[in-house]
Amino acid sequence: MVAPIIKIDAIAKSFGNFKVLDGLSMEVKPAEKLALIGPSGSGKTTILRILMTLERIDGGHIEIDGEQLYHMEKNGGLVPADERHLTRMRQKIGMVFQLFNLFPHKSVIDNVTLAPMLTKGTPRAEAEKRAMELLDMVGLAEKAKAMPAQLSGGQKQRVAIARALALSPKIMLFDEVTSALDPELVEEVMNVMKRLAAETDMTMLLVTHEMGFAHEFADRVLFFDGGKIVEEGKPDDIFSNPKQERTQSFLKKIIAAGHRV
Amino acid sequence: MEWDWAFVWQIFPTLVEGVKITILATLLGSVLAAFVGLGIALARRSSNRILSRSVSFAAEFIRGTPLLVQLYFIFYVLPDIGILLAPLVAGVIGLGLHYGTYTAEVYRAGIDNVPRGQWEAAKACNLSARQTWMHIIIPQALPPMIPALANYFIAMFKETPLLSAITVLELMNQAKSVANSSYRYIEPITMVGAFFLAISLVAVFALRWLERRYGRVET
Repeated sequence: MVAPIIKIDAIAKSFGNFKVLDGLSMEVKPAEKLALIGPSGSGKTTILRILMTLERIDGGHIEIDGEQLYHMEKNGGLVPADERHLTRMRQKIGMVFQLFNLFPHKSVIDNVTLAPMLTKGTPRAEAEKRAMELLDMVGLAEKAKAMPAQLSGGQKQRVAIARALALSPKIMLFDEVTSALDPELVEEVMNVMKRLAAETDMTMLLVTHEMGFAHEFADRVLFFDGGKIVEEGKPDDIFSNPKQERTQSFLKKIIAAGHRV
Repeated sequence: MEWDWAFVWQIFPTLVEGVKITILATLLGSVLAAFVGLGIALARRSSNRILSRSVSFAAEFIRGTPLLVQLYFIFYVLPDIGILLAPLVAGVIGLGLHYGTYTAEVYRAGIDNVPRGQWEAAKACNLSARQTWMHIIIPQALPPMIPALANYFIAMFKETPLLSAITVLELMNQAKSVANSSYRYIEPITMVGAFFLAISLVAVFALRWLERRYGRVET
């Protein structure tokens, strides 16, 4: 039994009066590729945002790579983490956003080199060499000097993937990374991610509405509804033979809406 | 009353001395207002309630009172508590503080205009708060602010005659002194207007250029 790299223990999160997560627990094994699916508002994106520390939890505990994310040990007890602890923990995690969030005032290569140079003190030459390897991997080496505004959505998202990889995180979070793309650009981003999933032992969590993509990408699929895991299993089981009635009706609706399965 | 060109040429060098001080006061006041405004904008965003509240209150107070009163206060009242300032220094502080409360609003709007996703991406890249401000937020917030800031600096320039009230020898004061000693007002005061108009026109052209150069936001 391998120790989990992510251990979520009874976390709660509310926005105002709306309880998004209420006592959710789950575990992710190292190198696992997880797809989180479910209707909007089911809490799947919130989980990624909590893991990236973009939202704080109201209760519960999260363990990343054997260490508490939101707490630190002090005098034998757990106290809320300070900014220094969070900064150290964030090194283990990278995230790619739905709307890319590239830095528009920086060239493609500067987007990729900025964080390693600032947060790890990587010398520019070394950071640029690594950035070119990553841009080459996502098929955009020739765009290194371009500005984000000159790129298509698919290209922007591939740069964003390279940017997140530049910090060599152990865990990568992908939040609806193809949702904002024109249909003809979805494929290029998916291909990069599928290759990444096959070639690396990074742990990956993917929130998506593309069921076909989830099927190919993931080792395990979690179906969320109302902040709870309704059903989980291997992609073949979930997509071909869902057990829960709610999973069945969700998949039926999404097929009716024209999403690929 | 007749326009006397000979008198104009006679007082011209004196007025030019005044123009120099007017421009100097505007430039120094602008630099001070730029920093004061940034300081106010950042303090108001602070999570420290006492800091943000008291700075907000002070800014409202300054904006709610006339610049002329503030100048009198700085120059004529502060000496009572032992703070004695040269006229130009007092004038620059007055202009900088007063306009700083306005430029603070420009900064606030500029910073608010940077999408939330940029803050989140900076966090996902594990940048510190300082690095996020220096490398991500300010470089994006600043260019669209430049025309609005320049607008305030032009407005400040046109208010510099108020400094004559605290004995700064800027353009208006020089004109008044030559007028008072020669009993001729038409030439000096007209020349003051002409100087201000000429410089304002140049500034407005520069502003249009700045708007074209920086005014649009690229995403």
